[in-house]
Amino acid sequence: MVSDRLSQITNALERVMDPELPFLSITELGMIRGTEIDDEGKAIVHLSPTYSGCPATDAIQEDIRAMLSQIDSNFEIKLVLSPAWTTDWIQDSAKEKMRQNGIAPPEGSSADKSFLLGEAKSIACPQCGSNATKLVSPFGSTACKAHFKCKDCLEPFDHFKCI
Amino acid sequence: MNSENHQLLLRLGDDALILSQRLSEWCGHGPALEEDIALSNIALDLLGQARSFLTLAGAREGLNRTEDDLAYLRSDREFRNALLVELPNGHFGDTIMRQFLFDQFALLRYECLAAQRFDLDVAAISAKALKETKYHAEHSAKWVIRLGDGTDESHEKIQESLNTLWVYTGELFEPDTVTSYCTNNGLISDPDQLKSQWLESINLVLEEATLSLPSSEWMQCGGRNGIHTEHLSYLLAEMQVLQHKYPGAKW
Repeated sequence: MVSDRLSQITNALERVMDPELPFLSITELGMIRGTEIDDEGKAIVHLSPTYSGCPATDAIQEDIRAMLSQIDSNFEIKLVLSPAWTTDWIQDSAKEKMRQNGIAPPEGSSADKSFLLGEAKSIACPQCGSNATKLVSPFGSTACKAHFKCKDCLEPFDHFKCI
Repeated sequence: MNSENHQLLLRLGDDALILSQRLSEWCGHGPALEEDIALSNIALDLLGQARSFLTLAGAREGLNRTEDDLAYLRSDREFRNALLVELPNGHFGDTIMRQFLFDQFALLRYECLAAQRFDLDVAAISAKALKETKYHAEHSAKWVIRLGDGTDESHEKIQESLNTLWVYTGELFEPDTVTSYCTNNGLISDPDQLKSQWLESINLVLEEATLSLPSSEWMQCGGRNGIHTEHLSYLLAEMQVLQHKYPGAKW
């Protein structure tokens, strides 16, 4: 019974999408850090916010509540700050979806700080695949993205920052 | 509730909150679209950090105060931010120099706080904030170099920004009972040590930016004890007006 309930919750969470990346679920983004049933029978969802100030975090919690209240009446969302969310937790399938939606996914491990130090490794253009790209600004349309430009197809694009 | 711990949380929360409010004034006024977006993004990160620290401060003090109560319902004398972050934005170079001096300090402070195991809640918030601050510090340092080592005019202007802001940096490293509490419990390095590390980091950048460190040793202080410049009062008046006029308003 418990595992049925948990798997229902897990399945429902897979249908909660990120409001700023509506083609990706919060599960694929690695924001769900686990679900459990506590001693009193309450379902606990552990959620890891991406950036401290990300305005989507509040919206995501509301979406989780709306989704879960359809199947469960006794649940709680707990924010997990430690360990801090990292782009390493993003599933590979999500990275492919980002590319298809014109966003260059985070490359490599967050332990590699070369991008941060300005020794940018090449970020491939999600439109044409060219490696001849240029960082326009380390801050893009949302807290999690940097703004790039492709020197070959000349298209601007977002790069999901590696943190 | 240990009052030094409470003071530490207010310093961390208020530094982030007030600087966030200042930076958000650039929204729609940045010198270029990319900078408008960058400064607003940084403001947003800082606001998130402030929310985490003030929520924790409210939860621990046991007075049933939320992050909003602490942000909107305290008077200027109750804020514990450093004077540096409440100063008006000035021109873009002033804002960048203030950001650079603060970012380099915030980096060191968060590095200590993220690594310690005395206060795990603070370590968790700081580990997250540290990742964000690395981006901010990279951004402000690059601009200091670009403006300092840029045209004669940009060099002269940002040197002047540095000279003006310099007297507000001493306060970041002023020892008191709160810094002793931090040092004794392994939360943050000793202020002298922190200062020498900070000087080392900023000197690397200032050298490349062909800027010179002001020689003045006299330093302004007061913010950590609630004695602020008049600028904070105007900032708060704007930030808090809605909650004063319509207490508890939500939308």
